Amino acid sequence: MAVKLPIYMDNHATTPVDPRVVEAMLPYFNEKFGNAASRNHSFGWAGEEAVETARQQVASLIGATPKEIIFTSGATESDNLMIKGVAEMYREKGNHIITEAIEHKAVLDTCKRLEKEGFEVTYLPVQKDGRVNLDELKVAIRPTTILITVMYANNEIGAVNPIREIGKIAKEHGIFFAVDGVQAVGKIPVDVQKDNIDLLAISGHKIYGPKGVGALYVRRRNPRVQLSAIIDGGGHERGMRSGTLNVPGIVGLGKACEIAQQEMPEESARMLALRTRLQKGLEAKLDEVFINGSMEHRLPNNLNMSFAYVEGESLLMGINDIAVSSGSACTSATLEPSYVLKALGVGEDLAHTSIRFGLGRFNTPEEVDYVIEKMTQVVTKLRELSPLYEMAKEGIDISKVKWQTA
Amino acid sequence: MAYSDKVVEHYNNPRNVGSLSKEDPNVGTGLVGAPECGDVMKLQMRINPDTNVIEEAKFKTFGCGSAIASSSLATEWVKGKTVEEALSIKNTDIVRELALPPVKIHCSVLAEDAIKAAIGDWKKKHGIAVPVAEKVAH
Repeated sequence: MAVKLPIYMDNHATTPVDPRVVEAMLPYFNEKFGNAASRNHSFGWAGEEAVETARQQVASLIGATPKEIIFTSGATESDNLMIKGVAEMYREKGNHIITEAIEHKAVLDTCKRLEKEGFEVTYLPVQKDGRVNLDELKVAIRPTTILITVMYANNEIGAVNPIREIGKIAKEHGIFFAVDGVQAVGKIPVDVQKDNIDLLAISGHKIYGPKGVGALYVRRRNPRVQLSAIIDGGGHERGMRSGTLNVPGIVGLGKACEIAQQEMPEESARMLALRTRLQKGLEAKLDEVFINGSMEHRLPNNLNMSFAYVEGESLLMGINDIAVSSGSACTSATLEPSYVLKALGVGEDLAHTSIRFGLGRFNTPEEVDYVIEKMTQVVTKLRELSPLYEMAKEGIDISKVKWQTA
Repeated sequence: MAYSDKVVEHYNNPRNVGSLSKEDPNVGTGLVGAPECGDVMKLQMRINPDTNVIEEAKFKTFGCGSAIASSSLATEWVKGKTVEEALSIKNTDIVRELALPPVKIHCSVLAEDAIKAAIGDWKKKHGIAVPVAEKVAH
Protein backbone atom coordinates (compact mmCIF):
# COMPACT_ATOMS: atom_id res chain seq x y z
CA MET A 1 0.00 0.00 0.00
CA ALA A 2 1.37 3.38 -0.96
CA VAL A 3 1.61 5.81 1.93
CA LYS A 4 0.01 9.20 1.77
CA LEU A 5 2.50 12.05 2.07
CA PRO A 6 3.39 14.04 4.06
CA ILE A 7 3.47 11.76 7.09
CA TYR A 8 2.66 13.29 10.47
CA MET A 9 4.84 11.84 13.22
CA ASP A 10 5.03 14.78 15.63
CA ASN A 11 2.22 13.80 17.98
CA HIS A 12 3.90 15.26 21.08
CA ALA A 13 3.45 18.70 19.54
CA THR A 14 -0.19 18.21 18.71
CA THR A 15 -2.56 15.55 17.44
CA PRO A 16 -5.29 15.63 14.82
CA VAL A 17 -8.78 15.76 16.30
CA ASP A 18 -10.38 12.32 16.23
CA PRO A 19 -13.39 12.35 13.84
CA ARG A 20 -15.55 10.98 16.66
CA VAL A 21 -14.56 14.02 18.73
CA VAL A 22 -15.40 16.41 15.91
CA GLU A 23 -18.79 14.77 15.56
CA ALA A 24 -19.52 15.12 19.27
CA MET A 25 -18.55 18.81 19.20
CA LEU A 26 -20.48 19.96 16.15
CA PRO A 27 -23.96 20.45 17.68
CA TYR A 28 -22.47 22.75 20.30
CA PHE A 29 -21.43 25.42 17.82
CA ASN A 30 -24.80 26.52 16.48
CA GLU A 31 -27.51 24.15 17.63
CA LYS A 32 -26.87 23.84 21.35
CA PHE A 33 -24.89 27.05 21.62
CA GLY A 34 -26.15 28.15 25.02
CA ASN A 35 -23.99 29.63 27.72
CA ALA A 36 -23.48 26.92 30.33
CA ALA A 37 -23.89 29.59 33.00
CA SER A 38 -27.38 30.57 31.78
CA ARG A 39 -29.49 28.97 34.48
CA ASN A 40 -32.92 30.10 33.31
CA HIS A 41 -33.52 28.60 29.87
CA SER A 42 -33.13 25.37 27.96
CA PHE A 43 -30.20 26.65 25.87
CA GLY A 44 -28.18 27.16 29.00
CA TRP A 45 -29.28 23.84 30.48
CA ALA A 46 -28.16 21.97 27.36
CA GLY A 47 -24.75 23.60 27.62
CA GLU A 48 -24.46 22.86 31.30
CA GLU A 49 -25.47 19.25 30.80
CA ALA A 50 -22.82 18.79 28.11
CA VAL A 51 -20.15 20.31 30.34
CA GLU A 52 -21.10 18.04 33.24
CA THR A 53 -20.92 14.99 30.99
CA ALA A 54 -17.44 16.05 29.90
CA ARG A 55 -16.42 16.64 33.50
CA GLN A 56 -17.44 13.07 34.25
CA GLN A 57 -15.49 11.76 31.24
CA VAL A 58 -12.31 13.61 32.21
CA ALA A 59 -12.60 12.57 35.87
CA SER A 60 -13.16 8.94 34.95
CA LEU A 61 -9.95 8.79 32.90
CA ILE A 62 -7.78 9.83 35.85
CA GLY A 63 -9.66 8.26 38.78
CA ALA A 64 -11.04 11.57 40.07
CA THR A 65 -14.55 12.78 40.88
CA PRO A 66 -16.24 15.26 38.51
CA LYS A 67 -16.24 18.06 41.09
CA GLU A 68 -12.46 17.94 41.11
CA ILE A 69 -12.18 18.87 37.43
CA ILE A 70 -12.10 22.47 36.26
CA PHE A 71 -11.87 23.50 32.64
CA THR A 72 -9.26 25.90 31.29
CA SER A 73 -8.00 27.20 27.96
CA GLY A 74 -5.28 24.57 27.80
CA ALA A 75 -2.46 22.99 29.71
CA THR A 76 -0.33 26.13 29.81
CA GLU A 77 -3.10 27.81 31.77
CA SER A 78 -3.57 24.70 33.92
CA ASP A 79 0.15 24.62 34.73
CA ASN A 80 0.11 28.32 35.58
CA LEU A 81 -2.99 27.98 37.73
CA MET A 82 -1.84 24.94 39.69
CA ILE A 83 1.54 26.48 40.51
CA LYS A 84 0.64 30.14 40.99
CA GLY A 85 -2.65 29.21 42.62
CA VAL A 86 -0.97 27.12 45.31
CA ALA A 87 1.94 29.53 45.71
CA GLU A 88 -0.31 32.47 46.40
CA MET A 89 -2.82 30.59 48.55
CA TYR A 90 -0.23 28.96 50.79
CA ARG A 91 2.43 31.66 50.81
CA GLU A 92 2.19 32.06 54.56
CA LYS A 93 3.00 28.39 54.99
CA GLY A 94 6.23 28.61 53.02
CA ASN A 95 7.92 29.99 49.94
CA HIS A 96 9.82 27.02 48.57
CA ILE A 97 8.90 25.07 45.43
CA ILE A 98 10.63 22.02 44.01
CA THR A 99 10.53 21.24 40.30
CA GLU A 100 12.82 19.52 37.81
CA ALA A 101 15.16 20.87 35.16
CA ILE A 102 13.43 19.32 32.14
CA GLU A 103 9.88 20.50 32.81
CA HIS A 104 7.90 22.12 30.03
CA LYS A 105 8.37 25.89 29.74
CA ALA A 106 4.83 26.40 31.02
CA VAL A 107 6.13 25.15 34.37
CA LEU A 108 9.69 26.51 34.25
CA ASP A 109 8.69 30.00 33.19
CA THR A 110 5.95 30.06 35.83
CA CYS A 111 8.49 29.09 38.49
CA LYS A 112 10.89 31.75 37.20
CA ARG A 113 8.19 34.37 37.61
CA LEU A 114 7.49 33.22 41.16
CA GLU A 115 11.22 33.53 41.93
CA LYS A 116 10.99 37.19 40.99
CA GLU A 117 8.15 37.49 43.46
CA GLY A 118 10.19 36.13 46.34
CA PHE A 119 9.70 32.38 46.06
CA GLU A 120 12.64 30.03 46.15
CA VAL A 121 12.70 27.28 43.56
CA THR A 122 14.84 24.15 43.44
CA TYR A 123 15.31 22.75 39.94
CA LEU A 124 16.15 19.09 40.45
CA PRO A 125 18.63 17.69 37.96
CA VAL A 126 17.57 14.52 36.17
CA GLN A 127 19.37 11.23 35.80
CA LYS A 128 20.80 10.11 32.48
CA ASP A 129 17.51 8.33 31.77
CA GLY A 130 15.62 11.61 32.10
CA ARG A 131 13.92 10.81 35.41
CA VAL A 132 13.96 12.45 38.81
CA ASN A 133 16.20 10.87 41.43
CA LEU A 134 14.12 10.25 44.56
CA ASP A 135 17.04 10.68 46.95
CA GLU A 136 17.83 14.07 45.49
CA LEU A 137 14.19 15.01 45.84
CA LYS A 138 14.17 14.03 49.53
CA VAL A 139 17.30 16.07 50.18
CA ALA A 140 15.76 19.12 48.51
CA ILE A 141 12.71 19.20 50.79
CA ARG A 142 12.75 22.02 53.36
CA PRO A 143 10.35 22.99 56.15
CA THR A 144 9.22 25.83 53.88
CA THR A 145 8.47 23.61 50.86
CA ILE A 146 4.82 24.02 49.85
CA LEU A 147 4.79 22.45 46.40
CA ILE A 148 6.53 19.76 44.37
CA THR A 149 5.78 20.00 40.67
CA VAL A 150 7.10 17.34 38.34
CA MET A 151 5.90 16.24 34.92
CA TYR A 152 4.42 12.78 34.46
CA ALA A 153 6.19 12.19 31.16
CA ASN A 154 8.59 14.36 29.22
CA ASN A 155 7.52 15.85 25.90
CA GLU A 156 10.90 15.45 24.19
CA ILE A 157 12.24 12.12 25.37
CA GLY A 158 9.08 10.45 26.68
CA ALA A 159 10.73 9.52 29.99
CA VAL A 160 8.09 8.64 32.59
CA ASN A 161 8.86 9.85 36.12
CA PRO A 162 8.39 7.70 39.25
CA ILE A 163 5.23 9.69 39.96
CA ARG A 164 3.72 7.30 42.49
CA GLU A 165 6.90 7.35 44.60
CA ILE A 166 7.19 11.13 44.37
CA GLY A 167 3.53 11.45 45.35
CA LYS A 168 4.15 9.28 48.37
CA ILE A 169 7.11 11.38 49.48
CA ALA A 170 5.11 14.58 49.02
CA LYS A 171 2.21 13.20 51.03
CA GLU A 172 4.48 12.06 53.86
CA HIS A 173 5.84 15.58 54.13
CA GLY A 174 2.46 17.30 53.78
CA ILE A 175 3.55 19.01 50.57
CA PHE A 176 1.18 19.50 47.62
CA PHE A 177 2.08 17.54 44.51
CA ALA A 178 1.23 19.15 41.16
CA VAL A 179 1.81 17.21 37.95
CA ASP A 180 1.97 18.32 34.33
CA GLY A 181 0.18 15.34 32.83
CA VAL A 182 0.00 16.62 29.27
CA GLN A 183 1.94 13.84 27.54
CA ALA A 184 0.89 11.01 29.85
CA VAL A 185 -2.86 11.38 30.38
CA GLY A 186 -4.73 9.31 27.81
CA LYS A 187 -1.54 7.49 26.77
CA ILE A 188 -0.64 5.54 29.92
CA PRO A 189 -2.70 4.80 33.04
CA VAL A 190 -2.82 7.83 35.34
CA ASP A 191 -4.68 7.53 38.64
CA VAL A 192 -4.68 10.55 40.95
CA GLN A 193 -5.56 8.38 43.96
CA LYS A 194 -2.92 5.69 43.55
CA ASP A 195 -0.36 8.25 42.38
CA ASN A 196 -1.06 10.65 45.28
CA ILE A 197 -1.46 13.55 42.85
CA ASP A 198 -3.06 16.73 44.22
CA LEU A 199 -3.16 18.75 41.00
CA LEU A 200 -2.95 17.48 37.43
CA ALA A 201 -2.77 19.54 34.23
CA ILE A 202 -4.42 18.08 31.12
CA SER A 203 -4.43 19.25 27.51
CA GLY A 204 -7.11 18.61 24.90
CA HIS A 205 -5.08 18.73 21.71
CA LYS A 206 -2.45 16.20 22.78
CA ILE A 207 -5.09 13.49 23.11
CA TYR A 208 -6.95 13.88 19.79
CA GLY A 209 -9.17 16.61 21.17
CA PRO A 210 -9.34 20.25 20.09
CA LYS A 211 -6.85 23.03 20.80
CA GLY A 212 -7.79 25.82 23.17
CA VAL A 213 -9.18 23.60 25.90
CA GLY A 214 -7.62 21.90 28.90
CA ALA A 215 -8.46 20.79 32.38
CA LEU A 216 -7.03 20.92 35.86
CA TYR A 217 -7.68 18.29 38.49
CA VAL A 218 -7.83 19.88 41.94
CA ARG A 219 -8.03 17.44 44.86
CA ARG A 220 -11.00 17.99 47.18
CA ARG A 221 -10.16 15.72 50.08
CA ASN A 222 -7.11 14.15 51.76
CA PRO A 223 -6.01 16.90 51.48
CA ARG A 224 -8.32 19.55 50.10
CA VAL A 225 -6.39 21.91 47.83
CA GLN A 226 -7.41 25.53 47.59
CA LEU A 227 -6.24 27.74 44.77
CA SER A 228 -6.01 31.47 44.30
CA ALA A 229 -7.56 32.26 40.93
CA ILE A 230 -5.41 33.94 38.32
CA ILE A 231 -8.37 35.05 36.20
CA ASP A 232 -11.20 36.98 37.82
CA GLY A 233 -14.64 37.74 36.49
CA GLY A 234 -17.78 35.83 37.35
CA GLY A 235 -16.60 33.03 39.55
CA HIS A 236 -17.08 30.18 37.11
CA GLU A 237 -15.58 26.77 37.87
CA ARG A 238 -16.05 27.08 41.62
CA GLY A 239 -14.30 30.42 41.64
CA MET A 240 -11.04 29.00 40.38
CA ARG A 241 -11.38 29.93 36.74
CA SER A 242 -13.71 32.68 35.63
CA GLY A 243 -14.82 33.04 32.05
CA THR A 244 -17.64 31.65 29.93
CA LEU A 245 -17.04 27.97 29.38
CA ASN A 246 -15.84 26.85 25.96
CA VAL A 247 -18.66 24.35 25.60
CA PRO A 248 -17.75 22.81 22.21
CA GLY A 249 -14.11 22.53 23.29
CA ILE A 250 -15.05 20.99 26.61
CA VAL A 251 -17.37 18.50 24.90
CA GLY A 252 -14.46 17.59 22.62
CA LEU A 253 -12.03 17.17 25.52
CA GLY A 254 -14.55 14.96 27.31
CA LYS A 255 -15.12 12.79 24.27
CA ALA A 256 -11.36 12.52 23.69
CA CYS A 257 -10.90 11.34 27.28
CA GLU A 258 -13.68 8.79 26.91
CA ILE A 259 -12.12 7.35 23.75
CA ALA A 260 -8.66 7.33 25.34
CA GLN A 261 -9.96 5.43 28.35
CA GLN A 262 -11.78 2.84 26.26
CA GLU A 263 -8.97 2.28 23.79
CA MET A 264 -5.84 2.73 25.88
CA PRO A 265 -4.89 -0.96 26.31
CA GLU A 266 -5.18 -1.67 22.59
CA GLU A 267 -3.75 1.66 21.52
CA SER A 268 -0.68 1.64 23.76
CA ALA A 269 0.16 -1.89 22.57
CA ARG A 270 -0.12 -0.69 18.99
CA MET A 271 2.04 2.38 19.69
CA LEU A 272 4.68 0.20 21.29
CA ALA A 273 4.69 -2.16 18.30
CA LEU A 274 5.12 0.77 15.89
CA ARG A 275 7.82 2.32 18.08
CA THR A 276 9.72 -0.97 18.26
CA ARG A 277 9.44 -1.40 14.50
CA LEU A 278 10.83 2.11 13.99
CA GLN A 279 13.66 1.70 16.47
CA LYS A 280 14.75 -1.74 15.24
CA GLY A 281 14.47 -0.65 11.62
CA LEU A 282 16.68 2.39 12.11
CA GLU A 283 19.20 0.52 14.24
CA ALA A 284 19.44 -2.25 11.64
CA LYS A 285 20.17 0.16 8.81
CA LEU A 286 22.32 2.83 10.43
CA ASP A 287 25.38 2.69 12.66
CA GLU A 288 26.08 5.18 15.45
CA VAL A 289 22.52 5.97 16.41
CA PHE A 290 21.78 6.58 20.07
CA ILE A 291 18.52 6.61 22.00
CA ASN A 292 17.99 9.55 24.36
CA GLY A 293 16.15 8.85 27.60
CA SER A 294 14.97 5.73 29.39
CA MET A 295 13.76 2.80 27.31
CA GLU A 296 12.29 1.08 30.34
CA HIS A 297 10.22 4.00 31.63
CA ARG A 298 9.06 5.62 28.46
CA LEU A 299 5.84 6.64 26.73
CA PRO A 300 4.96 3.95 24.19
CA ASN A 301 4.64 6.49 21.37
CA ASN A 302 7.98 8.28 21.82
CA LEU A 303 11.34 7.67 20.22
CA ASN A 304 14.13 10.22 20.52
CA MET A 305 17.29 9.33 18.68
CA SER A 306 20.59 11.00 17.90
CA PHE A 307 22.07 10.31 14.47
CA ALA A 308 25.74 11.06 15.11
CA TYR A 309 27.59 13.35 12.69
CA VAL A 310 24.40 14.61 11.02
CA GLU A 311 23.01 17.97 12.10
CA GLY A 312 19.30 17.83 12.94
CA GLU A 313 18.02 20.70 10.85
CA SER A 314 19.73 19.49 7.70
CA LEU A 315 18.19 16.10 8.42
CA LEU A 316 14.71 17.60 8.73
CA MET A 317 15.30 19.40 5.44
CA GLY A 318 16.05 16.10 3.75
CA ILE A 319 12.99 14.35 5.13
CA ASN A 320 10.62 17.16 4.33
CA ASP A 321 7.73 14.82 3.61
CA ILE A 322 7.88 13.59 7.21
CA ALA A 323 6.83 15.81 10.11
CA VAL A 324 9.06 15.19 13.14
CA SER A 325 11.07 17.58 15.31
CA SER A 326 14.68 18.04 16.28
CA GLY A 327 16.60 19.03 19.40
CA SER A 328 19.03 20.88 17.19
CA ALA A 329 19.75 24.52 17.93
CA CYS A 330 18.96 25.54 14.43
CA THR A 331 15.32 24.60 14.84
CA SER A 332 14.89 26.95 17.77
CA ALA A 333 15.00 30.70 17.95
CA THR A 334 17.77 30.71 20.54
CA LEU A 335 20.50 28.79 18.67
CA GLU A 336 20.84 26.66 21.80
CA PRO A 337 20.27 22.93 21.50
CA SER A 338 17.55 21.28 23.57
CA TYR A 339 17.80 22.06 27.30
CA VAL A 340 16.18 18.71 27.96
CA LEU A 341 18.92 16.74 26.22
CA LYS A 342 21.59 18.91 27.86
CA ALA A 343 20.11 18.17 31.29
CA LEU A 344 20.34 14.46 30.53
CA GLY A 345 24.05 14.88 29.91
CA VAL A 346 23.75 14.31 26.18
CA GLY A 347 26.74 16.13 24.66
CA GLU A 348 25.88 19.26 22.72
CA ASP A 349 27.31 17.65 19.59
CA LEU A 350 24.85 14.76 19.87
CA ALA A 351 22.02 17.04 20.94
CA HIS A 352 22.38 18.78 17.57
CA THR A 353 21.78 15.45 15.84
CA SER A 354 18.62 14.39 17.67
CA ILE A 355 15.23 13.68 16.16
CA ARG A 356 12.00 13.20 18.10
CA PHE A 357 9.48 10.81 16.61
CA GLY A 358 6.02 11.12 18.14
CA LEU A 359 3.79 8.28 17.02
CA GLY A 360 0.04 8.65 17.12
CA ARG A 361 -3.32 6.99 16.74
CA PHE A 362 -3.39 7.40 12.98
CA ASN A 363 0.13 6.19 12.10
CA THR A 364 0.47 2.90 10.25
CA PRO A 365 3.23 0.27 9.93
CA GLU A 366 3.59 1.31 6.27
CA GLU A 367 4.31 4.87 7.35
CA VAL A 368 6.90 3.64 9.83
CA ASP A 369 8.60 1.64 7.06
CA TYR A 370 8.63 4.70 4.82
CA VAL A 371 10.21 6.76 7.61
CA ILE A 372 12.90 4.12 8.16
CA GLU A 373 13.75 4.08 4.44
CA LYS A 374 13.78 7.83 4.08
CA MET A 375 15.78 8.42 7.25
CA THR A 376 18.36 5.85 6.17
CA GLN A 377 18.68 7.46 2.77
CA VAL A 378 19.07 11.01 4.08
CA VAL A 379 21.34 10.16 7.03
CA THR A 380 23.61 8.19 4.69
CA LYS A 381 23.74 11.07 2.22
CA LEU A 382 24.46 13.65 4.91
CA ARG A 383 27.15 11.50 6.49
CA GLU A 384 28.92 11.40 3.15
CA LEU A 385 28.80 15.17 3.38
CA SER A 386 29.91 15.28 7.02
CA PRO A 387 33.54 16.07 7.88
CA LEU A 388 32.88 14.64 11.34
CA TYR A 389 31.82 11.26 9.99
CA GLU A 390 34.94 11.21 7.80
CA MET A 391 37.16 12.05 10.78
CA ALA A 392 35.49 9.42 12.94
CA LYS A 393 36.02 6.81 10.24
CA GLU A 394 39.71 7.82 10.11
CA GLY A 395 39.87 7.03 13.81
CA ILE A 396 40.04 10.63 15.03
CA ASP A 397 38.39 11.24 18.40
CA ILE A 398 36.11 14.19 17.64
CA SER A 399 35.88 15.15 21.31
CA LYS A 400 39.66 15.63 21.48
CA VAL A 401 39.93 17.93 18.48
CA LYS A 402 40.72 21.54 19.26
CA TRP A 403 38.03 23.41 17.35
CA GLN A 404 38.32 26.95 16.13
CA THR A 405 35.24 28.47 17.60
CA ALA A 406 33.87 31.93 17.77
CA MET B 1 11.51 28.04 8.48
CA ALA B 2 11.22 28.35 4.74
CA TYR B 3 14.44 28.10 2.77
CA SER B 4 15.24 30.08 -0.35
CA ASP B 5 15.16 28.14 -3.61
CA LYS B 6 18.92 28.53 -3.93
CA VAL B 7 19.59 27.02 -0.51
CA VAL B 8 17.31 24.10 -1.33
CA GLU B 9 19.01 23.66 -4.69
CA HIS B 10 22.51 23.54 -3.15
CA TYR B 11 21.26 21.22 -0.40
CA ASN B 12 19.75 18.82 -2.92
CA ASN B 13 22.69 19.03 -5.33
CA PRO B 14 25.74 20.05 -3.34
CA ARG B 15 28.70 20.96 -5.57
CA ASN B 16 32.21 19.62 -5.10
CA VAL B 17 31.57 17.30 -2.18
CA GLY B 18 34.63 15.33 -1.15
CA SER B 19 38.16 15.47 0.15
CA LEU B 20 41.64 16.17 -1.18
CA SER B 21 44.83 14.80 0.34
CA LYS B 22 45.81 16.95 3.31
CA GLU B 23 49.42 15.90 2.75
CA ASP B 24 49.58 17.28 -0.80
CA PRO B 25 51.78 20.42 -0.63
CA ASN B 26 49.50 22.18 -3.09
CA VAL B 27 46.37 21.51 -1.05
CA GLY B 28 45.19 23.94 1.60
CA THR B 29 42.72 22.69 4.20
CA GLY B 30 40.41 24.83 6.31
CA LEU B 31 38.43 23.25 9.14
CA VAL B 32 36.22 25.73 10.98
CA GLY B 33 33.35 25.63 13.45
CA ALA B 34 32.71 23.08 16.21
CA PRO B 35 30.36 20.13 16.64
CA GLU B 36 28.85 21.54 19.85
CA CYS B 37 27.93 24.69 17.95
CA GLY B 38 26.17 22.63 15.33
CA ASP B 39 28.40 23.66 12.40
CA VAL B 40 31.70 22.28 11.12
CA MET B 41 32.99 23.10 7.64
CA LYS B 42 35.96 21.53 5.92
CA LEU B 43 37.02 23.34 2.78
CA GLN B 44 39.98 22.20 0.70
CA MET B 45 41.59 23.78 -2.35
CA ARG B 46 44.29 22.61 -4.74
CA ILE B 47 46.22 25.72 -5.68
CA ASN B 48 48.72 25.96 -8.52
CA PRO B 49 51.87 27.48 -6.94
CA ASP B 50 53.00 28.97 -10.25
CA THR B 51 49.79 30.83 -11.10
CA ASN B 52 48.17 31.04 -7.62
CA VAL B 53 44.99 29.81 -9.28
CA ILE B 54 42.62 27.56 -7.33
CA GLU B 55 42.23 24.60 -9.64
CA GLU B 56 40.09 22.38 -7.48
CA ALA B 57 37.90 22.86 -4.41
CA LYS B 58 36.13 20.31 -2.23
CA PHE B 59 34.02 20.57 0.89
CA LYS B 60 32.32 18.59 3.60
CA THR B 61 29.96 20.24 6.07
CA PHE B 62 28.17 19.22 9.24
CA GLY B 63 25.46 21.78 9.75
CA CYS B 64 22.07 23.04 8.72
CA GLY B 65 20.93 23.43 5.13
CA SER B 66 22.19 27.01 4.98
CA ALA B 67 25.64 25.94 6.16
CA ILE B 68 25.77 23.22 3.51
CA ALA B 69 24.62 25.66 0.84
CA SER B 70 27.12 28.35 1.95
CA SER B 71 30.06 25.99 1.71
CA SER B 72 28.84 24.44 -1.54
CA LEU B 73 28.57 27.93 -3.02
CA ALA B 74 32.02 28.84 -1.68
CA THR B 75 33.65 25.94 -3.55
CA GLU B 76 31.87 26.99 -6.72
CA TRP B 77 33.02 30.58 -6.38
CA VAL B 78 36.68 29.96 -5.53
CA LYS B 79 37.28 27.51 -8.35
CA GLY B 80 39.29 29.17 -11.13
CA LYS B 81 39.96 32.26 -9.03
CA THR B 82 43.39 33.35 -7.87
CA VAL B 83 44.15 33.26 -4.19
CA GLU B 84 43.81 37.04 -4.00
CA GLU B 85 40.44 36.98 -5.75
CA ALA B 86 39.17 34.22 -3.48
CA LEU B 87 40.21 36.19 -0.41
CA SER B 88 38.04 39.07 -1.54
CA ILE B 89 34.87 36.97 -1.22
CA LYS B 90 32.86 38.35 1.66
CA ASN B 91 30.24 36.62 3.75
CA THR B 92 27.75 39.30 2.71
CA ASP B 93 28.15 38.14 -0.91
CA ILE B 94 27.06 34.68 0.20
CA VAL B 95 24.16 36.07 2.23
CA ARG B 96 22.94 37.96 -0.82
CA GLU B 97 23.37 35.10 -3.28
CA LEU B 98 21.56 32.58 -1.06
CA ALA B 99 19.04 35.03 0.44
CA LEU B 100 19.97 33.90 3.95
CA PRO B 101 17.80 35.21 6.78
CA PRO B 102 19.52 37.05 9.69
CA VAL B 103 19.51 33.95 11.90
CA LYS B 104 21.62 32.13 9.28
CA ILE B 105 24.27 34.81 8.70
CA HIS B 106 26.72 32.88 10.86
CA CYS B 107 26.70 30.14 8.19
CA SER B 108 28.06 32.60 5.64
CA VAL B 109 30.65 33.90 8.13
CA LEU B 110 31.81 30.34 8.63
CA ALA B 111 32.14 29.84 4.87
CA GLU B 112 34.27 32.99 4.54
CA ASP B 113 36.39 31.76 7.44
CA ALA B 114 36.80 28.39 5.74
CA ILE B 115 38.11 30.05 2.57
CA LYS B 116 40.62 32.08 4.58
CA ALA B 117 41.65 29.08 6.65
CA ALA B 118 42.23 26.89 3.58
CA ILE B 119 44.31 29.55 1.83
CA GLY B 120 46.16 30.26 5.06
CA ASP B 121 47.06 26.58 5.34
CA TRP B 122 48.32 26.55 1.76
CA LYS B 123 50.36 29.71 2.32
CA LYS B 124 51.92 28.19 5.41
CA LYS B 125 52.94 25.12 3.44
CA HIS B 126 54.66 27.41 0.95
CA GLY B 127 56.33 29.59 3.55
CA ILE B 128 54.22 32.63 2.69
CA ALA B 129 53.37 34.88 5.61
CA VAL B 130 49.64 35.15 6.35
CA PRO B 131 48.65 38.77 6.98
CA VAL B 132 46.57 39.41 10.09
CA ALA B 133 43.63 40.52 7.96
CA GLU B 134 43.44 37.08 6.37
CA LYS B 135 43.59 35.19 9.62
CA VAL B 136 40.43 33.62 10.93
CA ALA B 137 39.89 35.76 13.94
CA HIS B 138 37.06 35.65 16.45
